[in-house]
Amino acid sequence: MKLKPEDLEKIAERMRATTSLRDGEWRARITVHMGTCGIASGAREIMKAFLKQTGDQEEQDVMLTTSGCAGLCSHEPMATVELKGEPPIKYVKLTEAKVTKIFQDHVVGGQVVAEYALGKGHERIG
Amino acid sequence: MPNYRMNLMLCAGTGCVSNKAFELKDALEEELAKRELADEIRVVATGCQGFCAQGPIVLVEPEGIFYQLLRPADVPHLVEEHFVKGRPVEKLMYRPAEDADPIPNIGDIGFFEKQQLVALANRGIIDPENIDEYIARGGYTALAKAVTEMTGEEIIAEVKSSGLRGRGGAGFPTGQKWEFARNAEGDVKYVICNADEGDPGAFMDRSVVESDPHAVLEGMAIGAYAIGASRGFVYIRDEYPLATMRIVKAIKDATEYGLLGENIFGTDFSLSISVNRGAGAFVCGEETSLISSLEGKLPAPRVRPPYPAISGYDGKPTNINNVETWANIRHIINRGASWFSSIGTETSKGTKVFSLVGKVNNTGLVEVPMGVTLREMVFDIGGGIPDGKKFKAVQIGGPSGGCMPESLLDLPIDYESLKKVGSIVGSGGLVVMDEDNCMVDVARFFQEFTQKESCGKCVPCRVGTRHLVDILTRICEGEGKPGDIRRLQELAVDIKAGSLCGLGQTAANPVLTTIEFFREEYEAHINEKRCPAAVCKALISYRIDADKCTGCGKCKVACPVNVITGDRKEAHSIDPSGCIRCSMCKDVCPVDAVLVS
Repeated sequence: MKLKPEDLEKIAERMRATTSLRDGEWRARITVHMGTCGIASGAREIMKAFLKQTGDQEEQDVMLTTSGCAGLCSHEPMATVELKGEPPIKYVKLTEAKVTKIFQDHVVGGQVVAEYALGKGHERIG
Repeated sequence: MPNYRMNLMLCAGTGCVSNKAFELKDALEEELAKRELADEIRVVATGCQGFCAQGPIVLVEPEGIFYQLLRPADVPHLVEEHFVKGRPVEKLMYRPAEDADPIPNIGDIGFFEKQQLVALANRGIIDPENIDEYIARGGYTALAKAVTEMTGEEIIAEVKSSGLRGRGGAGFPTGQKWEFARNAEGDVKYVICNADEGDPGAFMDRSVVESDPHAVLEGMAIGAYAIGASRGFVYIRDEYPLATMRIVKAIKDATEYGLLGENIFGTDFSLSISVNRGAGAFVCGEETSLISSLEGKLPAPRVRPPYPAISGYDGKPTNINNVETWANIRHIINRGASWFSSIGTETSKGTKVFSLVGKVNNTGLVEVPMGVTLREMVFDIGGGIPDGKKFKAVQIGGPSGGCMPESLLDLPIDYESLKKVGSIVGSGGLVVMDEDNCMVDVARFFQEFTQKESCGKCVPCRVGTRHLVDILTRICEGEGKPGDIRRLQELAVDIKAGSLCGLGQTAANPVLTTIEFFREEYEAHINEKRCPAAVCKALISYRIDADKCTGCGKCKVACPVNVITGDRKEAHSIDPSGCIRCSMCKDVCPVDAVLVS
C-alpha cells in the first residue's frame, strides 16, 4: 500500500487508543476495586465489561485502572468513576448491565447514575 | 487488536537487554497469559528509556509508575499486586539514594525532570519496530509537508534559521551543509547517515536508532528531497546488532508504505536507502574516511576541499549528517525554526543527547537543552558521585574532548564554551571521574585509544601519538623525567597542526586538558614518584594497618602470590617485594585495614 499524506491521519486515528493510553491525558478515570473480596465477587468480569465499553465506544480518553479493596467488602464488586474536575463517584454491587448504564450515562453522558451510586467524594485521609 | 487497559513499556535497549530484559518480557507475558490478562495488558518492547543503571526497567502506562531492576522472580508478585489488584509494588520502584521513600512517578525523578526530549521524543513511548506507532505520534507528517508543500530552498532556509548544528562532534551548521550539496553540480546526489559511533562510553546514536529508527529515516528523506538526492546510505557499526536490525526493518516497513522508494506521497521525489555495516574503525566517524569505506576502499581521510558536498561518494555531491542531526529535522519542519531556536543558547540551539557514564549514580542516556551546566549534568541528573566520593573531573567529547575540573563545573555545555577551554561537545559522551581516578592514567587511556585507531596516513598522528603514549606510560611507571610535560605539550601542538582529519587534530586534547587542569598530578608522578589517586601500580604500595587488622585471614587466602603472612587472630603483613599490587587484599578486607600509599 502506497500512502498518501491524508493516510497518515487515518493510521494515527486507528492507533489513538494506544497513544492516549501512554500520554497520561484522561477525561474520565474508572477504577475497578480488585481486592480479594472484589475479585471473589466478580470484579474481573466487571473489568472486562468496562474494557468492552471502552473498546465499543471508541472512547479514547478514558483511563481504566485497578485498585485494592475500597473497604466496603459487602458491597463488592465496586468501581469508582471520576470525571476530570468532578468529585469521584463510588458505584457498588455492579453487574454487567449496570456497567453498561454507568458507562453510557456517566462516563459518556456526564450524568451520575444515582440509583447505583454509594456516594461521592474522597475518603478523609490523614 | 484487543482493547488494552494498560501498557507495560519494557525497555529493550542494548543496556537492558544485556540485563536480561527479554527474559523479563517472557516472564511477564507468561504470567499475564496465565492470569488471562493478555487481552487487557500489553507488554511493549521500547528503545532505550535512558536509565540504564537501573535496568531492566518497566514504565506502567497510563499510571506512569516506574519499576526498576526487575527480575523474572519479581513478576508473579508484581502482576498479582499491581496489575490485578491495583496496588503498585513500592519495593520494586526507583529509590533515590538520599531519600527513604520510593518515588513512583517518573516526572518526579530528578534524572528525568531536567530532560527535554526532541531527538528522543518517542523513546520509551513507542514500539520502535511498529511503523504505525510512529505514524500515530505524528510520524512522517513532516516528510508529507516537505514534499507536498515546500521547495528545497524553503526547507534549507528553515533548517538554516533553526540554528541546528551537526551533532556528530564538529558542530557545523546543518542548513549550510545542505545548501552546499544542493547547489553543487551533478545529476546524482547522495545522503548518508553517519551511525559509526565509536567514542569509548558513548551510546547516543545507537539509542536513537534503537528507540526511533523512523525519525532518522524521515530526517534523511527530508534532507534528500531538499538537496535533490535519490539514494541514501545508513553507515552503522557492526557492533550494534539491535540498532541494525531495527533500521533495516524500518526501511522495509517505510518502503512498503511508499514512504521510501519511487514517487513518495505521489510526487516526483524518489529515495531508496540501504544499510552498510562498518567494521569498527574509529576513523570512519570522519566523513571522508566513511565515504572511502563505503566505496569499498581502506578508510583514510583525504584533503578537503573538495568537501563531500561537492565530491563525495563515487565523486558525486554527498551530504553526510550524524544520526541525532537527522532525528531533529522532522521537528524543525513540523514545529518551525523559531520553536527550535527558542531552545538552547545564543549560538547552540536545540537539545543534545548525552550518554552519562563513569562514577555517577544515575548512569544513562539523557537529552537536555544546550546550555545546561556540567554541574547540573553530574549532580542533578546524574545524582552525584557514588559512595560519598569526591568529584574530580568530567571527560566530555570522547577521545577528542577534554577533562573538565571542578572549577569549570558551572560551564554551560555549548559548542563555544567548551571550545574555549580546549574541549568539544563532541558526539555526547560524558565520563565522570572521582578522586580514585588518576588523571595521567586517564590521559594515557585515551591516548592509547587514538594511537590504536589512527589510520596511519599522516605521520604526525601515526608516530606522534605513539610518542605521547610512550611518554605517558613512562610517567605512570615512575620513570618520568623533568621536561616531560613540555615535551608532551610540544608534541601535542605538532600533531594537531600536521594531521588531515579530526582524529589527529583533536587526539591530544585529553593530554593538553589534563596538563592544564591537573598539572600537579603530573608533577607528583614525575618529581615525587607518587600517584596521588593511588592508581599507577609502579608508584603505590600496599600495607596492613596492624591496629585495625583482626587477623581473619581473608586477605591471606585471596592473595594470588602468597606474600601475606600472619597467624590467625594476629595482625597480618604484606611482603612488598613480591606484591603485584592487584588490590585483592584490599577488596576482601572486612575492616578496611589494607592501606594504599
